[in-house]
Amino acid sequence: MALSRASESPAAVQLVPREAGAELRCAGAWVVHSIAGLERRLDAIEWPAAGSLVIDASAVDAMDTSGAWVLQRTVRALRARGREVELRGMRPAFEALLQLVTERSAAAAPAAPQAPGALFRIGGATVEALRSALGLVAFLGEAALVLGRSLAQPRRIRWRAILHNLQSAGYEALPITGLLSFLMGVVIAYQGAEQLARFGANIYIADLVGLSMARELSPLLTAIIVAGRSGSAYAAQIGTMKVTEEIDALRTIGVVPMELLVLPKMLALVIALPLLTVYTDVMGVFGGMVMASAQVGVGFGAFIDRLEHAMTLSSYLTGIGKTPVFAVIVALVGCYQGFQATGSADSVGRQTTVSVVQSIFLVIVSDALFSIAFSRFHL
Amino acid sequence: MSAPIEPMQGSAPMVEIRDLNTRFGAAVVHENVSLAVRPGEIFALVGASGCGKSTLLRETIVLQPPQSGSIRVFGLEVIGLSDRDALPLRRRWGVMFERGALFSSLTVLENVGMVLREHTQLGERLIDEIAALKVALTGLPPDACAKYPSELSGGMRKRAALARALALDPELLFLDEPTAGLDPLSASGIDVLIRHLKESLGLTIMLVTHDLDLLWRTADRVAVMGESRILGIGTMEELSRSEHPLIREYFYGPRGRAAREQAWKRK
Repeated sequence: MALSRASESPAAVQLVPREAGAELRCAGAWVVHSIAGLERRLDAIEWPAAGSLVIDASAVDAMDTSGAWVLQRTVRALRARGREVELRGMRPAFEALLQLVTERSAAAAPAAPQAPGALFRIGGATVEALRSALGLVAFLGEAALVLGRSLAQPRRIRWRAILHNLQSAGYEALPITGLLSFLMGVVIAYQGAEQLARFGANIYIADLVGLSMARELSPLLTAIIVAGRSGSAYAAQIGTMKVTEEIDALRTIGVVPMELLVLPKMLALVIALPLLTVYTDVMGVFGGMVMASAQVGVGFGAFIDRLEHAMTLSSYLTGIGKTPVFAVIVALVGCYQGFQATGSADSVGRQTTVSVVQSIFLVIVSDALFSIAFSRFHL
Repeated sequence: MSAPIEPMQGSAPMVEIRDLNTRFGAAVVHENVSLAVRPGEIFALVGASGCGKSTLLRETIVLQPPQSGSIRVFGLEVIGLSDRDALPLRRRWGVMFERGALFSSLTVLENVGMVLREHTQLGERLIDEIAALKVALTGLPPDACAKYPSELSGGMRKRAALARALALDPELLFLDEPTAGLDPLSASGIDVLIRHLKESLGLTIMLVTHDLDLLWRTADRVAVMGESRILGIGTMEELSRSEHPLIREYFYGPRGRAAREQAWKRK
């Protein structure tokens, strides 16, 4: 605090040469708001090479701890260079402040630790990525164990939580997934129609829309939307519970957090995602139909006739069959990242972001693996 | 400083509250509350939970408005000030919140330095040095500077919050429950620290507390709140002689008596 606020003229210094040395005259208010630039001016002072130095502070009319610190570090730097420094004219109150700052600054240590080098950071990030992957696998294993235990004792399954999750992750996702897949169908039909029309193969628009939606786009699109909608919510919820020690509280009252928080989400998503995908299949094909009749004159009747020939049951089922795996990925990654939150609001936000990025990444990777596997088995 | 601040007379109160009324819906929180905090004293507000102490503090630091009345800080009316108009005042006082309210994404040093970065044009190195000095002033070890709030114990977090409140060398310090949630040893460490800071930096401190030990050890004057009013203001000795039943209950309950005996013994 400023011991005197009457005049807040900025802090000033002036070096006056004297015989055998120099005198530094300090003036003004040495308080935090008026010492800007003082540091530079002090650094720029060319101290005489020899002789005794005097710092005259009699014209300093206000001082706080920040001002005292600036004075103290100047004196200390000079003394460290072996110079003799005499402080003169300090008011008693400022003297006491300087004394306090000198005592305490002995305890104040060098601030920032050295920033690690590039190699160190790469190594650290690699270890971290591997550890995270290992953690996810361990989490999967733990979830499987708890699932096995729950199946052995179906009473322990939390049906109410499952129903609740079915509603929030499934039913409430209907509008957005429906709209987006409808638009996706429209886009594909629109892009495809122009190409097909050149060959007069308009009717194959049904093959294009039906197969691409059912096999790839609709499962992928739905999983990605659910990852963004529900996976992130899982991470944020569990992360916040972790930070507020609710998870620990659950443990102490003998509830397995995995059983209460993870299994219902996972089971609900395994049920909801295939159903949502069936729905988005329908909406996507419907979007394609609307576009086909508007753009290339393939009516609804002709479209559906052609669709029956184009789509086999297997191409429909390969699309749906992938979705339980996607569901497990989204639920597991979301919950796992939630459990990784530590300590702060900041970390909850970070883990939520990581959960969405990671689950979308893994969904797409697993989709690619499915494609390879299906083509091996000629499905 | 840009905004003009009218100079204060020597003994004018730092905080002056007059005829303050606060209601939340039908619930009356304050009814004609008046008090004054003198320069250079440690002024404590006490009272049962939910009696409106913290609300009074929040109204004083312009976080929420009362229904009517007047609150003058440094001689200036603060009720109804916008954040923009309150800024020059806020730069002259420091606030420590009950749970510290340290920014969890910043280290302790960055938490303190942030205030300086925001309000001064000092160089980066000097800011770090001053921040480290503030941290040292509150008695934290130097290695606490690089830690995040989540890595600190409750007592250390309070000290770090105090360091942030001291960042701009305020004239006036508001402390909300400075010892709540601390073990007796850490709490008495905070007692000593508050006393020490007041004496060495010449601060005026207004604090809200439940802690009777803290009151006996640090407070110069105490206001007891209850029934939406101020039941009594005075030194601890004066209040402990009060005849008011609620004040007597407060000071002569089993815990109050123990704290008082402790205080006598020390004398």
